[in-house]
Amino acid sequence: MQKRLAYSLPDEVLEHVFSFIQSDKDRNAVSAVCKSWYEIERWCRRKIFVGNCYAVSPGMVIRRFPEVRSVELKGKPHFADFNLVPDGWGGYVLPWIAEMAGAYPWLEAIRLKRMVVTDESLELIAKSFKNFKVLVLSSCEGFSTDGLAAIAASCKNLRELDLRESDVDDLSGHWLSNFPETYTSMVSLNISCLGSDEVSISALERLVSRCPNLRSLRLNRAVPLDKIANILRLAPQLIEFGTGAYSAELRSDVFSNLAGAFSNCKELKSLSGFWDVVPDYLPAIYSVCSRLTSLNLSYATIQSPDLLKLVSHCPSLQRLLVLDYIEDSGLEALASNCKDLQELRVFPSDPFGVEPNASLTEQGLVAVSLGCPKLQSVLYFCRRMSNAALVTIAKNRPNLTRFRLCIIEPRTADYLTLEPFDIGFGAIVEHCKDLRRLSLSGLLTDLVFEYIGTYAKKLEMLSVAFAGDSDLGLHYVLSGCKSLRKLEIRDCPFGDKALLANASKLETMRSLWMSSCSVSYGACKLLGQKMPKLNAEVIDERGPPGSRPESCPVEKLYIYRSVAGPRFDMPPFVWTMNEDSTLRLS
Amino acid sequence: MESGCSKNGETCPRLLELIPQEREWQTKRKDGETHLSSEEKKLELRLGPPGDEDIWSIKVTTKNNRERDEPVISLGYLSSTNNNRKHAFKFPSPEDHNHHHPVGSVLSPSWTKNHHQNHQHLTNPPPFLHVPPTPQQSLPAMANEGSQPCCTKAANMNAEEKPFSPTANTAGPPNTSLKRIAPGPVVGWPPIRSFRKNLASSSSSKPASEPPHKAANEKKAAEPSAKFVKINMDGVPIGRKVDLKSHDSYEKLSAAVDELFRGLLAAQRDFCGGGIVKKVEEKTITGLLDGSEEYTLVYEDNEGDRMLVGDVPWHMFVSTVQRLRVLKSSELSALSLGSSKQGKIPA
Repeated sequence: MQKRLAYSLPDEVLEHVFSFIQSDKDRNAVSAVCKSWYEIERWCRRKIFVGNCYAVSPGMVIRRFPEVRSVELKGKPHFADFNLVPDGWGGYVLPWIAEMAGAYPWLEAIRLKRMVVTDESLELIAKSFKNFKVLVLSSCEGFSTDGLAAIAASCKNLRELDLRESDVDDLSGHWLSNFPETYTSMVSLNISCLGSDEVSISALERLVSRCPNLRSLRLNRAVPLDKIANILRLAPQLIEFGTGAYSAELRSDVFSNLAGAFSNCKELKSLSGFWDVVPDYLPAIYSVCSRLTSLNLSYATIQSPDLLKLVSHCPSLQRLLVLDYIEDSGLEALASNCKDLQELRVFPSDPFGVEPNASLTEQGLVAVSLGCPKLQSVLYFCRRMSNAALVTIAKNRPNLTRFRLCIIEPRTADYLTLEPFDIGFGAIVEHCKDLRRLSLSGLLTDLVFEYIGTYAKKLEMLSVAFAGDSDLGLHYVLSGCKSLRKLEIRDCPFGDKALLANASKLETMRSLWMSSCSVSYGACKLLGQKMPKLNAEVIDERGPPGSRPESCPVEKLYIYRSVAGPRFDMPPFVWTMNEDSTLRLS
Repeated sequence: MESGCSKNGETCPRLLELIPQEREWQTKRKDGETHLSSEEKKLELRLGPPGDEDIWSIKVTTKNNRERDEPVISLGYLSSTNNNRKHAFKFPSPEDHNHHHPVGSVLSPSWTKNHHQNHQHLTNPPPFLHVPPTPQQSLPAMANEGSQPCCTKAANMNAEEKPFSPTANTAGPPNTSLKRIAPGPVVGWPPIRSFRKNLASSSSSKPASEPPHKAANEKKAAEPSAKFVKINMDGVPIGRKVDLKSHDSYEKLSAAVDELFRGLLAAQRDFCGGGIVKKVEEKTITGLLDGSEEYTLVYEDNEGDRMLVGDVPWHMFVSTVQRLRVLKSSELSALSLGSSKQGKIPA
């Protein structure tokens, strides 16, 4: 009797319960319980995330989830950020927009990362979705300010327009004026990636002044410092703000105006921008520093003493992005002042210089690891490192979840012992049991991969470059890292054996990237033919791989799981290894 | 083509049990030796004809020290039935892995050691896994490496991509890691986004106080190893990027542009003909620099003006160009003030 009751809960009740379940993993679990739960769940899922736009087709998504309001898609592999993926590779969003335009008229949010977005796509978005609210284009390209103008003109309910780090074609600075005078709903606007002279300041000011809910505003480099004060006064409710170029002639009236404007913003928690900083203007932000939780100074080419002074004013800092100009001394100050620090990213000011131009070594990172108990996420570029330092960091901070170390010179050894960094990174994976993301650098043998395979059980993403000795290294990782989803490898002596022996592992991962390794064309073909649930794609700009012997290694290999089969939008330098497309191979 | 794979379906599965002789898989002790380059390790990968079972099955030494043929994969993944050689290869599934083998066993097979450690030892792997010293084994990288030009080229490609600056790590003792003298820039390294490059040189206000070591350093602002600029072509919706630093003359650039767009242009022409990709005759794109042919190359400089490519010295061009366009020459004359090569074209 009791049992039957449980099975006869009305659909509406189940739907209501499911509405509290937001995470994709949980939703997927719910849908796997039984057929009726699958049906109910698919009708009430509102958000979907597709980590690889080629893993599934838009039609499949739409058929299963008919009432979606928010879509997030990712396109190119991560190494595209470093110019390793040739232009024209793919990641076009237009097919998705075209199908969603018909199927999801009430779509509210589109979030894209590393995709090719054309003006045509933006225009289609603008005219297809009447209640469109959120557009986030992260590291995207292929569109211009014309497309933005279409969005501005048509999307009356737009709340968020975030172009973070996208590559936008600069055609006209007047697209902002396309927001009608009746438009007042902007909450978050990020145009920091736009090139010079992109934006009409007066249009910007008018927009800011009529949007009372504006909480996040990130301007581009072209907005001069002397305009900032005015903009801030129009939006004292801002929580996040990104300046333009932070430089002007030193004038006390400009300074005091600026300082006053900042002090008006009682809720400001996050600052960014700071191109071309004139240090004398930095004290203008001191009034907000005590509340700051996030500070992005990664464009600020100022020296250590100024950086040191600045971070000493920010005891609440949780997230800091900075150049190596901060030096070890600045990081030591950070360690003693900012006990809430969770994320630190230190970028190289002179990545191609032969000699270090700032006194930043492993000591700075060790200091932060010791002084900041909540440190979870690290991205650190430096020119020297030691195993001892890595072991210390690992023991100090077992709560690290993301650790990305880039020793700038490939294959650099421990500067104290001249040994590889196997032991150091081994300590990291051994102690940091919740590590989800790891990037390796420096001199490394197969041993480090053995450690990773043994200990890094929660590792989801691994980036490897110029490391390892043999296929054994790759085998350790593929066979040991249970949670691995993304693996990207460049310039390592990994070949066919480990890949083929662990072929089925690839079906449990989102993707594998291998470039400048030793995987042969024959092995790629084998994988493509034997593993129908994987798309194995060879990227080779030398010409068809079929024109060379099968044993010849391919330039680049990108393998990803997919239920959509091989894609049809491949450029001439990408070949699919799947059987039914062998026509293209010759 | 020397592939046994396509001969018949029966052979393919076995080829996937691509485990070579056990000895090749032992880890090597570094013993202070410098890091071996990828060329020096040659992995012998022979996609041999069926019947070469000895090559592909590994000699497993069991506890009784009895050698028996057994695919090594079966220890790690497959179910313990050893029938896989007879029928279609069963790919390891995650459940098999979990059910049959505790964590430690991943390391136990002959991939790593000489069976001195077996399953029992490895349930709690010690922090420093012992790697027994083994004789150095030179593993051949690719079959037929010498005889195939492309493979040689591939090997050379790996050889050239060595540390990209000859003297680094000036703090501390000199690095004994393998350093070739050839310092060619490495694409995509260090892994930073393009908008983070050129910061030291492009900021309009120099750092206020020059630290002493920087003042002594006479080097000029860092030369980035690449300069990618966007290039669009009339009639082709998708733009490309070209690295100007990889060319040293206008002629080379022109040839590169031709290569970039020749195929795309042909594909465009064919696009209307339906979805099937068929080979359309690709026309070489010539005459970009002198306006003599169908297309002309123009660029936008750092002041936003449109200029004909070829007027200024190459180095000056590289430092001022922001983007390139391949225009139809017919459109060009509509824009320019005359047919002269001099002067700026209103954008």
